[in-house]
This record gives sequence, C-alpha cells and structure tokens, in this order.
Amino acid sequence: MDHKTFRAAHRVEGRSAAPGVAMGPLVRLVAAKLVARQSRSKADEQQALVDAIEASRLDLTELAGKMKDEDAEAILAFQIALLEDENLAAPAFARIAGGEAANRAWLAAVDAEIMTYDQADDPYFRARASDLRDLRDRVLRRLAGEVDQPVPSGVIVAAEDMPPSVFLATDWREGGLVLRRGSPSSHVAILARSRGVPMIVGVDIDHFESGVDAVLDGDAGTLIVGPDSVLRADYSRRLAEQAAAREAASAFGGPVSTASGEPVQLMINVTGLAELKEMNPSQVDGIGLVRTEFLFQESEALPTEEEQYQIYRRMLEWAAGKPVTIRTLDAGGDKPIAGLTEAGDLNPFLGVRGVRLSLKRLDVFRIQLRALARAAVTGNLKVMIPMVTVREEFDRCRALFRGVVGELHDQGVEAAMPPIGMMVEVPAAAIAVEDFDADFYSIGSNDLIQYVMAASRDEPQLADLARPSRAVFHLIGHVVDYAKRCGREASLCGDLAGDPQQVALLLDRGLRSFSVAPGALGPVRAAISRYSGKAA
Amino acid sequence: MNKLKASVLMRHEVGLHARPSVKLTKLAKAFESKIDLGLSPDGPWVDAKSIVKVMATRAPKDSTIYFRAEGNDAKAALDALVMLVDGDFQDGP
Repeated sequence: MDHKTFRAAHRVEGRSAAPGVAMGPLVRLVAAKLVARQSRSKADEQQALVDAIEASRLDLTELAGKMKDEDAEAILAFQIALLEDENLAAPAFARIAGGEAANRAWLAAVDAEIMTYDQADDPYFRARASDLRDLRDRVLRRLAGEVDQPVPSGVIVAAEDMPPSVFLATDWREGGLVLRRGSPSSHVAILARSRGVPMIVGVDIDHFESGVDAVLDGDAGTLIVGPDSVLRADYSRRLAEQAAAREAASAFGGPVSTASGEPVQLMINVTGLAELKEMNPSQVDGIGLVRTEFLFQESEALPTEEEQYQIYRRMLEWAAGKPVTIRTLDAGGDKPIAGLTEAGDLNPFLGVRGVRLSLKRLDVFRIQLRALARAAVTGNLKVMIPMVTVREEFDRCRALFRGVVGELHDQGVEAAMPPIGMMVEVPAAAIAVEDFDADFYSIGSNDLIQYVMAASRDEPQLADLARPSRAVFHLIGHVVDYAKRCGREASLCGDLAGDPQQVALLLDRGLRSFSVAPGALGPVRAAISRYSGKAA
Repeated sequence: MNKLKASVLMRHEVGLHARPSVKLTKLAKAFESKIDLGLSPDGPWVDAKSIVKVMATRAPKDSTIYFRAEGNDAKAALDALVMLVDGDFQDGP
C-alpha cells in the first residue's frame, strides 16, 4: 500500500456544492487515463482488453435493462453495438501486437475514431463523439480493474469529475459526492442540490482508498476520512436531524411569510416532469422556472410541437392553477444541443446562446412558441425569455408570439397569449431594466454573477471571485425597485435564492419572490420565516 | 457465386444515425450472407454488419443506400434491409 494513503482520521477541506450530511464507505472512481499499467506480455495485454470489452458490454447490457425510457435505452444500444463490432477494437489489438500496453492501445484506437466524429460536418454525428468517449472511459476503467457500474447506494463517491448522465444513473439514497473538479454552480451541483445529495468540490482525491469509512459534511464543505467514534456519534445525530427536517419540510405546506408576517412567494425550479411526481403542489406557490433544455437534450431529434405541448400541459395540470413559468430554450453556453447550437463558438458564454440562438433558429423557436401558446389555454402559464440583452430582442419575441397565436387561431386551434417576461442575467439588461417592456422580470443570478464578476462559474480557481458581491446585490436591488415602481413582478430563480445564508440579504433588497431547487425548499422556507426585517 | 444488388432511398430525418445504424447492422447480422453497403452503385463498400463502418459513411438524409449480398440467404437479406430503410427504420428487430 502506498505510504501516502490516509489511514488515520483525516479532515479534508473542500467547498460546499450541495448541503447535507452523508456517512458511509468511500468509493473512488479512478480517472482511468491516469492509472499506470504494468506492461505485461502481449498475450496478457490482449486478453486484458478482450476481458475489459466483454465486461463493459455486460455492464451496459445490464444498465440498458434497467432504463425505463426508450431514449436512454437507444443510447446504450448504440454503445453496446459498438463494443460488439470488432472493427472498433481492431486497431487496438494491432497496437498490442506491436508491443503497446492494452490501455494505451485502446485509448489511441478509440481516440482516432472519436476524432473522425469530432470533425464531422453534421452536428448529429458530431454529438456521437460523446458516446464514444463514454465507451472509451468505461473500458479504460475496466482495464484499471474498477467496477463502477452501478455505484452502490449509501456510499460517498469520490471522483475527478462526473458527467450529469452518470449522476442521473446513480442511486444516491443516503450517498454523497466528492469531486476534484467542477464548481458549486456546475450542472451536477445543480442536480445534487435539487435531489438533496450532499456534495463538495475542489478536493484532492488522489490519496483516497476505496472502502474506508468517511463522513461528508456538505454544509461545512469538508470530508472526514476514518472518523473516530466521537465524530461518528456527532454526525449520526446530524443525519437523524436531517432526515427529520426533510420529512418536516416535505410535509409542511401553506404560504410562507417572514417573522413579521410579510408574505413571500416561494416557488420551485424544475427540469422535467419526473421531479414533480415526488412533490405536492400545495408545498409551493408555483413553478418559477422550467428549464426546457432538458426536452431537447434527452432525445436524438428535436422535440415536436405536440411533444412539447403535452409536457407543458401536464406541468400546468400539476400546478392546478398556480403559476408555471416556462423559459424558452436556453441552449448554448454550457448547454450544447446536437443539431442546434453552434460548435464553432469561440467563447460560448459570450456567444450565440439563449434568445440569440432562438432568433437565429426561428424554425425551432416557432415550434416552441406554438406549443406554449396552445398550453397557455390549459393553465396559469407565464413565458420567460433567456439572455435578453437589448429591447429589440424582447420586442421581436413578443411580436413572434403574437404572430404564432394569430396563426393558430386561423387554423382553428385554441391558443392564448400568456404574460411574457424576461430573464435578467446580462448586466446590460439589469442596468437598463427600465428599457424593457416585459410583463415580469426574473433574475438569473448564476449568469448575472459570472457576467458581472467576469469570472467563470466552472473555474474552480475563481470560486471566491464568482460570488454574489455588493455589485451583484446592487443590480438585484435596482431590478427589484424598478419592478415594484411599475407594479410588475420580480423574482429570483438562480442558486442564490436557494442559499439560506443569502436569503436575508435578498429580502433586505426588497425581493419577495424566490424560486429554488426542490431540495432547498425546507432551508429557504426556514430562513424566510426567521427574517424579521433589515438588520440595523 | 453471383452478387445480388439492391438500392433504396433513405428518408430518415437525421440520416444513417446511431439508432438507424443499430437497427440496420443488427438486421444484417441476422443473415449468413456477406453484405456490403455503399452510397453509390460502384461502392466504395463497407461491411453492413459493422456499426463502426456503417456510421463512418455519414450517410445524410435523402441518400440512396446500395446493398450487395453474397451467400445462401442473399435475396432474403436484401429484401429485409430494403424494407427496413424504406419503412424509415420503424420495424427493426
């Protein structure tokens, strides 16, 4: 065993990405490429690759059997078919025959194949490169002797990074996640908060040994490896409290108000129908943000008007008259979509994303607007436009929406014009908010922070800079004040709203409408009800 | 033995993409014959049972797919493959 391996109790500092406590054995997912391999005989290496491919094929077949939706199954079927095709591994076996180690040979062979996909003109083919990467890494992990599918529940997973698809495929009951890379605002962190999975980032995971007992404190942002009995007892108590609090939060419904009795609107952010199944609409004041990107990312082809309409309608049905704010497609930036977003964007966050992309791809945008216009007659729908920077963009969206409603009426289809609001996330829009004739304003704090601070939310080294500064709070106050003056609604739907420690500061600024991840409902509700007015 | 040939226009909206390719290669593998696929009547030909090769043709929407087959069940294989492509890959195995 490596002399650096930690055996005694050891506390490792990281940064909190999702609150909560988890206790259990640590399971380290090895970044396969970094595993050094003892080069053995050619025959051994050949057999190792044969075995790794077969084991990966079995893993995928087992996983495919568990998938309930056709899309996930199809993605896995493609990977299985690739593994069954000897043409994929043929160049790797040739390299092994030439004396290369199995992992290097496999990496080189599959990377060459991936490159041809990366270079394809057709975005649908280009997007398949990610399937090949997934496959490449799975076999590499097998070669490294790692068995990581499925990750057992009740463990603390430590990894370099984790793609959202892997996070979603894992059963996180009682578990937690420790990553070296990523940041509190990465997509996996957003998913972790919404599902109540404790998570910390920025941790050096190199010397962790799988199987040792550990405690993950997502509130403090620390990991304790090999806790002693005192710590263990302490955290067992906190785990019990957490379970009780979660139960209480999910049982408690009704309107939210501050300690002084002032009502506050508390809504949820959702990314699909699945999250709603576990919730009761009486627990919230509505849905403050529906991210429609997920509709576009989960399937191979773009969703049709009918598919979108059915999903929007079911969300409105769930809310039973409470408002549901659906954001039009916010693709681009860190959310690429095959066949839609531009691959050549030099700086995706400052590139063709959000409404900029929608106004360039009117064919796709109009389909979404038609679906929304039809859904508007079935419930309390509000539509929100992302990444608005100048008023012309917003005015064009409203005009397009009107056109679509007229068109539907002409075709004898029931449709209505819902209130149309804008996401305030570009500093230009926040500073000159009075220029925009929106029916409501929703502050997107994640992007607003990174644009105001000029610090990427995915750069771990800048995590201390990519934070809500006084400048950010000043802009939030400006938007809230303006909305109040003209009698329009202003809410905040970024992660800032779901951070109990920031809630009082936001209330200080006059914000009275919050939209948070479902997992943050309890703590935010508690923070609001503790608030008794501006501190002197 | 003679090679049998067939061709069919593919209308699938994203071309010979992952899902269609999975169905096509699975169906081809169900036959004993050696089956090739190409995008022109004179090739170049690739093994229709290999998803790596089939995907590598990058066949876009509205391309004509050419098949040639050699073996005992060549006729049945071509009929089945043409039917699959013509039916927009709806009735795969």
